[in-house]
Amino acid sequence: MKSKFAIFALLTFVLLSWGLYQALVGAPTEATMGQVQRIFYYHVPNAWVMELCFPLNFLASIIYLVNRKAAIDAFAVATAEVGVVFCTVVLLTGPIWARPVWGIWWTWDARLTSTLVLWLIYVGYLMLRKLSTGGPNPVLAASFAIFGCIDAVFVFMAIRWFRTQHPKPVFAGGADSGIDPRMMHAFLINLLAFTCYGALLVWIRYSLERTRQKVDEAHAMKSLLHQEARSSR
Amino acid sequence: MSVLSVLRITLAKDLRMEWRSKDAINSMLFFALLVVVIFSFSFDLTADESRQIAGGLIWVALLFAAVVALNQTWARELRNQVLDAYRVSPAPAESLFLAKTIGNFLFVAILELLMTPLFIVFYNLRSIGPVYQLILASVLGNWALVVNGTFFGAMSIRTRSREVLLPLILFPISIPALLAMVGATTSTLTGEGSAHLSLVFLAVYDVVFTLLGLFLFETVLQAE
Amino acid sequence: MYLILGENGAGKSTLLRVIAGLIHPSHGKLAILDSGDLKTVRPQLGYMAHASMLYDELSGRENLAYFAALYGIRVQATGDRAMRTVGLDPELDRRVGQYSQGMRQRLSLARAILNDPRILLLDEPFSNVDIGSARDMTRLLGSMRDSGKTIFLVTHQPALLEGVADESVYMSAGRIVERVQHRASSATLQAAEAQP
Repeated sequence: MKSKFAIFALLTFVLLSWGLYQALVGAPTEATMGQVQRIFYYHVPNAWVMELCFPLNFLASIIYLVNRKAAIDAFAVATAEVGVVFCTVVLLTGPIWARPVWGIWWTWDARLTSTLVLWLIYVGYLMLRKLSTGGPNPVLAASFAIFGCIDAVFVFMAIRWFRTQHPKPVFAGGADSGIDPRMMHAFLINLLAFTCYGALLVWIRYSLERTRQKVDEAHAMKSLLHQEARSSR
Repeated sequence: MSVLSVLRITLAKDLRMEWRSKDAINSMLFFALLVVVIFSFSFDLTADESRQIAGGLIWVALLFAAVVALNQTWARELRNQVLDAYRVSPAPAESLFLAKTIGNFLFVAILELLMTPLFIVFYNLRSIGPVYQLILASVLGNWALVVNGTFFGAMSIRTRSREVLLPLILFPISIPALLAMVGATTSTLTGEGSAHLSLVFLAVYDVVFTLLGLFLFETVLQAE
Repeated sequence: MYLILGENGAGKSTLLRVIAGLIHPSHGKLAILDSGDLKTVRPQLGYMAHASMLYDELSGRENLAYFAALYGIRVQATGDRAMRTVGLDPELDRRVGQYSQGMRQRLSLARAILNDPRILLLDEPFSNVDIGSARDMTRLLGSMRDSGKTIFLVTHQPALLEGVADESVYMSAGRIVERVQHRASSATLQAAEAQP
């Protein structure tokens, strides 16, 4: 397990470094947007990892409610936290790119708004977990995650339908035709690198949570035994 | 023992207790009044402008005020651990959920009835679109707020932080419903655009989350 | 009738809460009345906790009427009978919030026996109760035991239940450490006295 982890961590590190090199040096500078376009190699893979994490959290929550295994709950925590971190990065890198290109930091565009709402929902999820340590925490969190995920569907629809008065900015440099193959190359490398990075973080967070669960259980047993020793004295 | 009979008796019990103390309704009313007055101090509006933003203001005020009532109705069950008596009984969890939701729906409905004249006075409101749409929006929007609010209230009251948690988890989930409520209200008040899509959206939202709440409530109630 | 005895924090109340189905055991299984599914057993359980589990804003009668309805009992007489059983006047038109501690305790017991349970779980029913009330309650519990109910009772005053309890169960650190049969022993005692 340890060696597998080390190999995977090393692989991720190599991929990330190579991805960084490709993004900064390997890929040509974009004609209209200039250097700032390079944040795209960072922004989109982060969004991708976020979009992987939240459905995994949803699945883990459903499975947890069925089988109540602590390991599944640990996985749900891990995916939610990593998802929120990557979502935060997306929300931060977006405006950095938007400011020079669109001339504004923020617009209530459908994609931005729904990402923000998604972020709010999952921060709410983490708050629920944080504020309910001890007690029925995992069951409540799993139920909330199911609400959150179904709500996300409504969020996308609502924003598309009721917030369309804002012009939808043209997203240049997507993975569609006309993109320089070297750009595509850099993008794909980074996509892979960040997917590995996300998986690595989930892995770390998961084992941390498992350890925490075991420590908690050991503490509970210890206090029982301590009491037994005291009462038998 | 049917879901409906327990529902009826629980609702009757809640209404009787509320009638005696009037805790929830009073605090909610005063809170909403404060929000309206503070908003109206903060903005100096012409009749046209207030039509544009009143939809948003009304619903934000209602959302905040509803949280007060939602917390109260569950806090009542926690005093003396009465909720445990329900948990050990064979009564269906769904009855409790629906009774609380309907109770909260009535409280917020009363609030809406009392707030409407206030808004008309403070913001010089007059609807340009058909009024039945406003009524429909207030009923569907009310249910959307309280059905999730009641569910999350039951969740947050069982945690360490109690009342603090409810708005933190209710508000993000309510955003799509809020957009639809505001959309329907504003387009009716200004007479621009159609409120139909928003109303249908709200109706679907209500149905989906009522079913989800019914489905998961027992899990949350019996969680320890 | 089982008395559950032990130090504070030995897990006595937790044991009752597990039996009542309020807590799921983290390890092991629980079977009541030959059923592993607690939901089917709920109508047969009566539970009285530290807290009164009553609405302070309602009168005694209103409280019992509500809780009886949770068990599908819609007859006012049931609640009234339970109140008389514990020595309270059903006509008393006072909110439970204004009850004395002893009265509240009695009403709480009335609530637990409303559904005529086969298993009664009582967590410190005599705390803050004057000695006379405690004797009344003991007598009542004795007659319930004689009518074939199983009673689990957590208490710090086992002396009150002498001659009523069948078995004392001593708990420590979440485990049962000792079980003492009273009935059996008093029966052997009588036999021994009869011998000479």
